[in-house]
Amino acid sequence: MSETVIRVENLSKQYRIGVKERYGCLRDSLVQGLTAPFRRLRRFGQKPSPDEMIWALKDVSLEVQQGEVVGIIGRNGAGKSTLLKVLSRITEPTEGEVRIRGRVASLLEVGTGFHPELTGRENIFLNGAILGMSRKEIECKFDDIVAFSEIEKLIDTPVKRYSSGMYVRLAFSVAAHLESEILLVDEVLAVGDAAFQKKCLGNMGEVAKGGRTVLFVSHNMGAVRGLCKRAIWLDNGQLRMDGIVADSIAAYLTASSFIDQGVNVEQMPRVTGGRDIRLTRLELLNGSAQPTRHFRYGDAMIMRFYFRVLNTGHRYFAIEWVISTLTGDRVLYASSSPQGAVLIKPTDSSGCIECRIPHLPLAVGTYRVNCLLSLPHQERIDEVEGAATFEVLTCDVCGTGFNVDHRLAFVTTCTHWSVFSGAKSLFDDHEDPFGP
Amino acid sequence: MSTDVALNETVVAAPAPAREATAPSVSSLPETVIRPRRGWLAIDLKELWAYRELLYFLTWRDIKVRYKQTVLGALWAIIQPTLNMVVFTLFFGRLAKMPSDGVPYPIFVYAGLLPWTYFSHAVTQAGDSLIGSQNLITKVYFPRPLIPMGAATAGLVDFVIALTVLGGLMAYYGFVPSIGLMLFPVLALLTYILAIGVGLWLSASNVKYRDIRYAIPFLIQLWMFCTPVIYPTTLLKKYAWIMALNPMGGLIEAFRACTLGHRPIPWSSLSISCIIVFAVFMGGLIYFRRTERYFADVI
Repeated sequence: MSETVIRVENLSKQYRIGVKERYGCLRDSLVQGLTAPFRRLRRFGQKPSPDEMIWALKDVSLEVQQGEVVGIIGRNGAGKSTLLKVLSRITEPTEGEVRIRGRVASLLEVGTGFHPELTGRENIFLNGAILGMSRKEIECKFDDIVAFSEIEKLIDTPVKRYSSGMYVRLAFSVAAHLESEILLVDEVLAVGDAAFQKKCLGNMGEVAKGGRTVLFVSHNMGAVRGLCKRAIWLDNGQLRMDGIVADSIAAYLTASSFIDQGVNVEQMPRVTGGRDIRLTRLELLNGSAQPTRHFRYGDAMIMRFYFRVLNTGHRYFAIEWVISTLTGDRVLYASSSPQGAVLIKPTDSSGCIECRIPHLPLAVGTYRVNCLLSLPHQERIDEVEGAATFEVLTCDVCGTGFNVDHRLAFVTTCTHWSVFSGAKSLFDDHEDPFGP
Repeated sequence: MSTDVALNETVVAAPAPAREATAPSVSSLPETVIRPRRGWLAIDLKELWAYRELLYFLTWRDIKVRYKQTVLGALWAIIQPTLNMVVFTLFFGRLAKMPSDGVPYPIFVYAGLLPWTYFSHAVTQAGDSLIGSQNLITKVYFPRPLIPMGAATAGLVDFVIALTVLGGLMAYYGFVPSIGLMLFPVLALLTYILAIGVGLWLSASNVKYRDIRYAIPFLIQLWMFCTPVIYPTTLLKKYAWIMALNPMGGLIEAFRACTLGHRPIPWSSLSISCIIVFAVFMGGLIYFRRTERYFADVI
């Protein structure tokens, strides 16, 4: 018995982005501030011109059945969060209609309404009430929530003294205990440590099995694939694809890696940051310093990160990268600091950092490079997903003509084999293994 | 990037809390329709009532947080009106020889300062409350009027604490509470409703026009001079009736009359103030309702 619990019809949401004002010196700002009232008054009552408006969602229609877990994927700014905001009644649609049956709980951010001065115990009650739980409900589940968060000892400490990981754990625990027929979840799992993320995902899986309907926004394709059977791909506010999770993900990733070919990284949407120091280009080169997108296992790869300093607030930064597959699984990671012990101190308004991988251990397949400029463990200065795409064409590790491709594993290594006892290698004796 | 690690399809089943595995029948569930709304809207009192617990928690949070990490703590609720009283008594009572309807100036001014301090704090807090709750407004749904309401409710605690000083002053000057004191809770309630009403107006306009933020302290100051806090209404002689149009004027006169019993309770001006209080409150709710739809977009 599957009945429709969410019906979205021709949903559109328009935002006003306003007129761009150029950044200038203090004098300009003062002049603009003083003349603003007159400009405002002149425009008062006039309809804003179309170029000041942006459609965050345009004519989106979809239906979700009870008990379905639907992933929503797409680039930043594609309208995923806006869709969830409309569904959770935070913002009103401009056009169209939504009909929802049942109580909706939305988890657009972990720890909404947490107050730093209050203790963990107090915040559980406050946060629970904000998310729509009754006091009785919270009291009933209080022990479960504390146990799930694994911070029993600090439950009476103000949360401002918590580490960010503990904070997230507590916040997610409250949310995980929401009882509602429909759960809307936005990219909240991108925080917290890996073990807790797994626990949360497991919890969400349980939620789905309990017959609840879940809409799940994520950039983590692995998580989407693991949780959802169906995925919706939004692009520029429009519904590009609505189908089986594997198909939607494949279509989305193929399209986005096409776009990424030779793109100007500077103009790409950011996951976070990008205001102070900005990555402008990511060049991939082979061992002889020739730009290429094609590599073989064991080749050297050189990454050149070109950056520009927009704001001199940061005295130094580190570069971290992750090579991930098209399905979003992260395969390789490295950082200039602390791992590589190189902290970068910009001396000019722009520059280039080189990272050399002497020996690429990847199997045949297509990969994406995600980059992060950061103050290690403190701040994400600029984060770009899919700054470059490359392909590993062959992975003939032992020179036998056999290629390891990504269906076997993403990473392989050179291995040495010998018989220890009770057998012999046919190749050693130059025997014909297929002979009599 | 260093913190979020790959999550594979193999999701480990976590020891999740027990949930009812039985899915409720969908058709029995309430249906919510979301569509663009236009024009003026009815006030959804039913929904406000359903969320009354959240009002409690928001108020409780404000109270808990207010005096955290202060040395004097809740004493501040007493210090402010008391020091005001001392200063006003010195300058207006002693130096300017301000008339005070025949009662000692300190208790005269304190009986006015008590409701006024509550009102001005509540309006200031409520006026800034929506802007201060950006993260709530953009991330979770609940009836928005609860935010300014919570701010105005939290101030009541200070009001009650400061009340003790009034009791002390009455004992010191030998004022015997009369039957009129029964009116006190009603007047407090009216002041509370007025503070919410004004708070709704200011906080809603504050979302779109941050000018309000700068205007509020100024407005409060002007309003105080237009209110018989430091002077008696009788000073205005035949224009005293104008004071009834300022709802705080009528209320403060009634506060004084009911606690000090030096004059009969001014029923006529109080009833005019009452009507204005409800007009401001209802108007505030309606205006708030009309504007709240764009809060999340423009805040």
